[in-house]
Amino acid sequence: MIIKQLSVFVENKPGRLLEITSVLGDNGIDIRAMSLADTTKFGILRLIVNEPGKAENILKEAGFTVSLTQVLALGLKDTPGGLAAVLKILKQAGIEVEYVYAFFVSCAVDYASVIIRVEDNDKAAEVLKENGVKLLDAEEVYNR
Amino acid sequence: MFWQKEIETMDRKKIEAVQLERLQWLVKHCYQNVRFYHDRLDKAGVTPERIKTLSDIQYIPYTTKEDIRDHYPFGMFAVPMKQVIRIHASSGTTGKPTVVGYTRSDMENWSNLVARLAVAAGASDEDIAQISFGYGLFTGALGLHQGLEKIGAAVIPSSSGNTEKQVMLMKDFGTTLIVGTPSYVLYMSEVAKEMGYTKDDFKIRLGLMGSEGCTPEMRDKIEEAWGLFATDNYGMSELIGPGVSGECERREGMHIAEDHFLCEVINSSSLEVLPRGETGELVVTTLTKEAFPLLRYRTKDITRINYEPCACGRTMARMDKIKGRSDDMLKIRGVNVFPSQIESVIVSSKSVSPNYQLVVRHEGFRDTLEVNVELVDGTLLERFSELEALESKLKAKLHTVLGIDAKVNLVEPKSLERFAGKAKRVVDLR
Repeated sequence: MIIKQLSVFVENKPGRLLEITSVLGDNGIDIRAMSLADTTKFGILRLIVNEPGKAENILKEAGFTVSLTQVLALGLKDTPGGLAAVLKILKQAGIEVEYVYAFFVSCAVDYASVIIRVEDNDKAAEVLKENGVKLLDAEEVYNR
Repeated sequence: MFWQKEIETMDRKKIEAVQLERLQWLVKHCYQNVRFYHDRLDKAGVTPERIKTLSDIQYIPYTTKEDIRDHYPFGMFAVPMKQVIRIHASSGTTGKPTVVGYTRSDMENWSNLVARLAVAAGASDEDIAQISFGYGLFTGALGLHQGLEKIGAAVIPSSSGNTEKQVMLMKDFGTTLIVGTPSYVLYMSEVAKEMGYTKDDFKIRLGLMGSEGCTPEMRDKIEEAWGLFATDNYGMSELIGPGVSGECERREGMHIAEDHFLCEVINSSSLEVLPRGETGELVVTTLTKEAFPLLRYRTKDITRINYEPCACGRTMARMDKIKGRSDDMLKIRGVNVFPSQIESVIVSSKSVSPNYQLVVRHEGFRDTLEVNVELVDGTLLERFSELEALESKLKAKLHTVLGIDAKVNLVEPKSLERFAGKAKRVVDLR
């Protein structure tokens, strides 16, 4: 249920994203979902990969500042209002969302997948489950 | 522990008597044997006989690095080349290097002076000493080499560079004492970590830092990274090389070898001698140098001298760590800024690495200072707000220390250049 996410510090310089994705690719790491938020000077790249622990070590060895944190992965109804319905549940439970981003599109499943970061993963997971929202487990996220 | 206890613990009266006797000899030696000093002293109306007390030194004009350059290469040597047994030179970043020479007696004094600071730091003949200064014309490496050999330590002249090999030697030879620049010794610890070692893999217990300033914060980092005890020492090739002063185990200032160096502190603009205890530019007279004597040499280094005897038993005056060089000093928006002030802020933060770079620009009629620091703390990556908070925290601390605003930029780890010798941290684009 809890998914491990990598956060990588990236300077706003040409070629940085290429370098990160190359080093991961060369080491057989498969990127499942990603989001890059930036300011004028630097960005934080968030990644869901098939082998988070291995990817963390690879990036650290390549000289990047990296951290591993826990997030939730949700399978949403792939219809208009699907995400809004989930966010409404969280809002009513008083759970604030730090950020949300989507998976790479895969036709193999009939739902839309998003990564969601909240303060209290356990509480959010409980609330979402009670309301019938599909939580993806690690196996589904890393290896499908 | 002492190397020359009787000398190092002489009372002030005795020190001054020795200094006066040697100063009188030195002025005569310079006047008789160096054309430059002869003309200078004549012009100032000073004969060697005029020096009757230590304070009479004030009649002697200052000597500068430019004077030495103007007499390149051997114009300021005071003995025939037949008596010179060693020549060193300091790297000239601009133009010709500054060339210095040593007689056999100068060499003997030099090794004893380095031996004094090594023993004061806690070194002994049991130590295996690795010297990671670059060998060559630079006085640092051979200076420490001779001094450590003098006390009977096993000296490894590993020189600088090829850091992985250095680390391998440190581990395989069981090095107990490392000599290097603070930035390089710290860099070596990063490399050791990358090679998969922890500090328990090494026997290193002492570090003699030199060639560039070492703030207490930087020293703490080095001590933590290697698990060693580090002391700072001071010297420059014009004066003799390392050996002018060094910290004892109490580390409350660097003991000056006052029997060989007469120190004054002056105001670098007005050139007035400052009262004891005030901060200013260090001026040194080499009381015993035969081959390359200097009268009132302006070091450009900013410090303060404390004449109180030390709890370690030494009576030799102590100088503060160098606060900066009067020519390294950056003038930003009219404010004097020393890189060492910035270093103390950077090094005390656990979220960034001790490597930093200062960029000074002139934009729209105004000087700007940017400080680039390497982010190493991954836990701040959860939220942008935490990275912004780190930037603001560093900015606020810099403002407290410097009195002006500086922009702080977070950059990726290891993206700033590492230095095997003296670190060059300032990029002045004005």
